Amino acid sequence: MANESVRPDHRIILDWIQPNALVLDLGCGTGELLYMLIREKSVRGQGIEIDEQAIYRCVEKGLNVIHGDLDSGLTDYLDQSFDYVILNQTLQQVRHLKPVLEDSLRVGKKVILGFPNFAYLKARIQLSILGKAPVTESLPFTWYESPNLHFLSISDFLQYCSDSGITVERREFLNERGRISILPNLLAQSGIFLVSAPK
Amino acid sequence: MVSQKGVGIVETQHATFTPPGGFILESGEKLDSVTLAYETYGRLNQEKTNAILITHALSGDAHVAGYHKGAKKPGWWDEMIGPGRAFDTEKYFIICSNVLGGCKGSTGPCSINPKTGKPYALEFPIISVGDMVDCQALLIDHFGIDKLLTVAGGSMGGMQVIAWLVNHPDRIRSAIPISTALKHSPQQIAFNEVGRQAIMADPHWKSGNYYGCPLPARGLSVARMVGHITYMSDTSMTNKFGRTRKQDLQPLKFTPGYEVEGYLHYHGENFVKRFDANSYLYITKAIDDFDPAGQRPLGELFKGVSAKIMVIAFKSDWLYPAYQAQEIVRACKMRGLETTYCEVDSTYGHDAFLLEIEEQTCLVKHFLKKVFNGYAVLDQYGE
Repeated sequence: MANESVRPDHRIILDWIQPNALVLDLGCGTGELLYMLIREKSVRGQGIEIDEQAIYRCVEKGLNVIHGDLDSGLTDYLDQSFDYVILNQTLQQVRHLKPVLEDSLRVGKKVILGFPNFAYLKARIQLSILGKAPVTESLPFTWYESPNLHFLSISDFLQYCSDSGITVERREFLNERGRISILPNLLAQSGIFLVSAPK
Repeated sequence: MVSQKGVGIVETQHATFTPPGGFILESGEKLDSVTLAYETYGRLNQEKTNAILITHALSGDAHVAGYHKGAKKPGWWDEMIGPGRAFDTEKYFIICSNVLGGCKGSTGPCSINPKTGKPYALEFPIISVGDMVDCQALLIDHFGIDKLLTVAGGSMGGMQVIAWLVNHPDRIRSAIPISTALKHSPQQIAFNEVGRQAIMADPHWKSGNYYGCPLPARGLSVARMVGHITYMSDTSMTNKFGRTRKQDLQPLKFTPGYEVEGYLHYHGENFVKRFDANSYLYITKAIDDFDPAGQRPLGELFKGVSAKIMVIAFKSDWLYPAYQAQEIVRACKMRGLETTYCEVDSTYGHDAFLLEIEEQTCLVKHFLKKVFNGYAVLDQYGE
């Protein structure tokens, strides 16, 4: 059934989003986050998802969801037509990351991004000491099964935002015990950011 | 699972409309009166908010569900309609009518022209998909229904759904276009043209004046055979027929021996018994000419629409490929409409919309529940 316990990253996103907002969730999966946003924040939500079986699960929840990939999913939306565009744990799986990110900032007044941190301590040890491609809680896939196409760290992302003039309005960092604030690029398994386009 | 109990024994009804000044067609011509054959299932609620219009494909008719008295076969989308089915007759009032230009009880080229007392034949004016739905709007008025809960249909039925969105945006709360397109591609027009030429090349066609004489049976049958090829996929044909032959002995050189040939012949010959060749010409022309966006930008197509939209396509459908369904989705996105789209994995080709019942039931049932109750999301899901 619905939510046994709310995922920490979902809790953060729920806290950030204003009530009654218009929300586009890119890579919404089976729609748990979108469902909670509609119930708790009365948002108007639209999802986009590539997996057919996930579409049925979304429709069973009463969600609006479009079957398709993210690389072409945003093009037809008008500028600033959503209050928030969410890319949670999907950014690293998009083929052409930069255009999708730019289009998200065009379509959404604000963009929420969540991704696994490739520079997390455990990953660093596995790569530098053991000489192996990292497998961690937030990067759970072996090299031959991973759907991830891009491997970025929290520092990489912040650097990119700074170079591109993207404003980072809010940020939270997570590891298996919950939110952390010290040395996030070393100690966080994942980061979540609320960003807006260059003015 | 499809619920066992259907709608039972049903009967086709007729309604005739004589609008003041006649029924004006898109072409500018007019018909003094129009008759629609229709069937209904379930009960219209007191507020008249639970009415659903089902629109049929090229060769379909008003008989979408249940059994006619003594018939062995049910209506053309029976598994989708009935108590507990996708279009639940315990909750909703279902209407399906034969299109204008058809030959199953609605006004069409085989109807009697009141001016001559003889069948219209080619005297019948050119009709459009827009005319078909404007006619259906008269039927909806007849029931005193202000707004339909939804209009749903596949193939040409899907085109009618699009035409409802464009012509009557205030009169529908939601729309379900299935296996359809905003306009025909040259390939789709080409297949229809082969069908039309087969009919017109039949010596019995006689410029459409064959009523009371031998029918252009060969021509119509070939048209239907071409149609059937486009409704299936390479995979579904292989699965259904393989290279199996009906019999080893062939009395004549070119007697149809392969099962696929037998199938096409059977369907071609059967079609002649139930369909009018002139209707085939008029209706295929209407869908070839359908292009509601025309020269306008796609973003303007659904201006004034606030309906929730569910678009369904099927992976192996090469007659109405998924890219055409995605174009409908694009038009929705451009207007910020609440949209659901699913490309169902199927090997059945274009026929999939008649055969993939389980997936469509899941999609349609939950979508209707949400729209009918005005829910933001569904409280209990996964049932």
